[in-house]
Amino acid sequence: MSENPNAKLVYMANQIATFFQTQPAAGAAEGVATHINKYWEPRMRRKLFEHIAHGGEGLNPLVIEAAEKIRRPEAV
Amino acid sequence: MSLIHEIDYGTPASKSEKLVTLTIDGREITVPEGTSIMRAAMEAGIEVPKLCASDMMDAFGSCRLCLVEIDGRAGMPASCTTPVAAGISVSTQTQRLKDVRRGVMELYISDHPLDCLTCAANGDCELQDMAGAVGLRDVRYGYDGENHVTARNNGEINAKWAPKDESNPYFTYDPAKCIVCSRCVRACEEVQGTFALTISGRGFDSRVSAGMNEDFVSSECVSCGACVQACPTATLTEKSVIEIGQPEHSVVTTCAYCGVGCSFKAEMRGEELVRMVPWKDGQANRGHSCVKGRFAYGYSNHRDRILNPMVREKVTDPWREVTWEEAFAHVASEFRRIQYQYGRDSVGGITSSRCTNEETYLVQKLVRAGFGNNNVDTCARVCHSPTGYGLNQTFGTSAGTQDFDSVEHTDVAIIIGANPTDGHPVFASRLKKRLRQGAKLIVIDPRRIDLVRSAHVEASYHLPLKPGTNVAILTAIAHVIVTEGLANEAFIRERCDWSEFEDWAAFVAEPHHSPEATEAYTGVPPELVRGAARLYANGGNGAIYYGLGVTEHSQGSTTVMAIANLAMLTGNIGRPGVGVNPLRGQNNVQGSCDMGSFPHELPGYRHISDDATREIFEKLWGVTLNHEPGLRIPNMLDAAVEGTFKGLYVQGEDILQSDPDTKHVAAGLAAMECVVVHDLFLNETANYAHVFLPGSTFLEKDGTFTNAERRINRVRRVMRPKNGYADWEVTQKMAQAMGLAWNYRHPSEIMDEIAATTPSFAKVSYDYLDQMGSVQWPCNEKAPLGSPIMHVDGFVRGKGKFIRTEYVATDERTGPRFPLLLTTGRILSQYNVGAQTRRTENVVWHAEDRLEIHPHDAEQRGIRDGDWVRLASRSGDTTLRALITDRVAPGVVYTTFHHPSTQANVITTDFTDWATNCPEYKVTAVQVSPSNGPSDWQRDYDEQARQSRRIAGKLEAAE
Repeated sequence: MSENPNAKLVYMANQIATFFQTQPAAGAAEGVATHINKYWEPRMRRKLFEHIAHGGEGLNPLVIEAAEKIRRPEAV
Repeated sequence: MSLIHEIDYGTPASKSEKLVTLTIDGREITVPEGTSIMRAAMEAGIEVPKLCASDMMDAFGSCRLCLVEIDGRAGMPASCTTPVAAGISVSTQTQRLKDVRRGVMELYISDHPLDCLTCAANGDCELQDMAGAVGLRDVRYGYDGENHVTARNNGEINAKWAPKDESNPYFTYDPAKCIVCSRCVRACEEVQGTFALTISGRGFDSRVSAGMNEDFVSSECVSCGACVQACPTATLTEKSVIEIGQPEHSVVTTCAYCGVGCSFKAEMRGEELVRMVPWKDGQANRGHSCVKGRFAYGYSNHRDRILNPMVREKVTDPWREVTWEEAFAHVASEFRRIQYQYGRDSVGGITSSRCTNEETYLVQKLVRAGFGNNNVDTCARVCHSPTGYGLNQTFGTSAGTQDFDSVEHTDVAIIIGANPTDGHPVFASRLKKRLRQGAKLIVIDPRRIDLVRSAHVEASYHLPLKPGTNVAILTAIAHVIVTEGLANEAFIRERCDWSEFEDWAAFVAEPHHSPEATEAYTGVPPELVRGAARLYANGGNGAIYYGLGVTEHSQGSTTVMAIANLAMLTGNIGRPGVGVNPLRGQNNVQGSCDMGSFPHELPGYRHISDDATREIFEKLWGVTLNHEPGLRIPNMLDAAVEGTFKGLYVQGEDILQSDPDTKHVAAGLAAMECVVVHDLFLNETANYAHVFLPGSTFLEKDGTFTNAERRINRVRRVMRPKNGYADWEVTQKMAQAMGLAWNYRHPSEIMDEIAATTPSFAKVSYDYLDQMGSVQWPCNEKAPLGSPIMHVDGFVRGKGKFIRTEYVATDERTGPRFPLLLTTGRILSQYNVGAQTRRTENVVWHAEDRLEIHPHDAEQRGIRDGDWVRLASRSGDTTLRALITDRVAPGVVYTTFHHPSTQANVITTDFTDWATNCPEYKVTAVQVSPSNGPSDWQRDYDEQARQSRRIAGKLEAAE
């Protein structure tokens, strides 16, 4: 998991998406976003947004769908 | 101060609600039906002489001292075995009784040494007390005849005499002093449930025997101490009592080992601890103990303990002892420098689940109010964080639902991913007692743990699943219950969200969740799954107990939700005997979570983003709190490797040894500029520390621990801290050095602050705890006596929430290079990373970690029992010795992680639970091959550890 500097983060986001994908479809993206908002420190969220801005390679589409509901960290 | 003496009523209390009135010595007494005459008398304050009776076990009727006379009945029945009856009139003292008792006593003493003045039990001998009570003045038989007392009889070797057995490190067995009352044998059976002791021989040849006439340490004895406690003479005696003498005062406190949270009397002579004796009024342990809490406290005086603060520039330098003031000033300036240089969020802290609630509260307060961020986490991250998440989602609160007494009402227990006889021994004894009364047991575990089959205990079902398939098996059990119509619909309709239930029920009913379909990956024959599901659904009160074998998986949180689903599905919530019971690893895992140790929540499980909650603390602390969640332990280490996290205060946790993927942890620590370790010993994490602050033991401070049943127990100081300061004082002084105006004079003031800010603790104070003994939170206006059982009338969240639990295989998979699955656990005599227990005589039972491997796998690899083997995973490799056993299935290997030289966590990977980042300790794909000895990594590590433990001006400390 070391080729991509964001590989671990992508993996974690995808794990969360994998869980919510199995839940009723209506709340899945919301679930991913709420989870990341509640538990991810701003640095992690910032990196996630950066990764998405660079094409979001490897991310589960549900994470990308959830991104608009994920809180953007304040600028440093 | 004086010794606390509990009243021994002679026989257990009767639970009958029907009352019976009788007369004893002319006094009218009313007691529950089924009470013994002995107990009824004692409740009225009349002490009938006794030797073989104790209220910890059933009446036995062998000593013939407790005889009484009953008007209108012939003879002199034993009061311990004779139940009360309405209207009878009992005399406990008549001329006939006096004569008979004195005659009985005379016979006892005729085969007992008269070395009372030099005997270790002098001052605490029931035989002596009874001789006094019956007025024994003479022994007419002399000592020349047959006896067990002297090694030689008239110059001849006395075959009946046996030497003292001193093999157990903590107590001795002196057969010469034994009166064969059988209390030890019965305690081993009834209280502990091990059946290690028996009476061998008959008549005058009778003698207590450990196992098949073995010495104690070689027998099945688990050294719980129940026999020693039960012994009325000096036959079984703590070596510490032999060495020191009888204690003169005692203080009730709480064990600092596992999450059962046993209450003990610390029996003292001055500031010297003579012995720890389980307290009968302890509501978690009810007078029982295990080898760790009872005996393994010697680490507090171990020569490895560090008593002076130390600092160093680089981790390659030797340590330099400094004053406390220098140490605090150094930490304050370093943390300030780092935050100035790298930003406010570049530092953090780790609270300890070993320390008190008050200490934990202060560490998180220091991080939030002092550091100005929320980078605080606790070792619960690596054990029970999925419990918090899973139970909060389904029930609305992050805690077990029952008290330990609840097990007395359980009809079917499911044990999943836990090994209570080793990890939570006192709970295991209480469970085994219930199983011997007829309750049924289902064990879900890859390994054949002791509870599957041991003395007088046999599980109805053992589902030996492949590691990592918990969700599949639990969902399959739900499938059976739903599709076979065994669900408790009335409960679900009343207490749970019905539409969520319908969605979930349709989900689990899908054919691919059936036991037949899931067998392909769980490896469990479907008929076992169906049988277990039917038993749990139909068997009466069903209780689920689980441990880290549930949580420490990539689907840990999902498994906890699956457990909660099953309990709701069968209506097993909200009354005694049922529930969802996480067995917490460390003494204060529950408490550290309650106290706001997690980076996303303040005390009382309130999210940091909640304005109203933040405001409560902001007003009190006079600061503005950051509303963003902070970093969790694995995130801290990732951030450190990336260069944005530079300073860490670790209180009482050894993350280098206990956290997974050691190399990654080491890299994270090595990348930091100021690591402050606050601990008793130079632990493995301290190899990478720049500041070492010596810690204090649980004997040296006041505070509270909260056990697995949410019970807030007092910890009471029995001696001054050897290092000078209790841990809460160290944190406070550090905060003061950083400019925070803290001024707590006693931990009780910290608890007052917790109560004032946290609704579930509103009524808790030290005065109230002294008055109540202990309480289980929530303890507030709504529940002034605390809450033994939760969700009684409804779930905390309102309606119980069923959540779909789809099995997702872990990405840690076996393949040609790593064909076996490694899972990890612990053993009775050792505790976690072993920092404490390795520094006690407990090493007698477990001196090294061994790799359990099935004979088939061993043979394929040419491995014999005891051989050194290399254990390799994708993360790293180590070596240890093999133990060949069929307790593990083919394809599965198992080890403990108690010894730093083994470095089992070099092997474990950095996969974590999807929701909480709790590491996946329980599944690692490995290969095992013959080896010649320690790996290069182990040798390098040992050398680095040795170098890093040097203290300037001192000889190298050898461990």
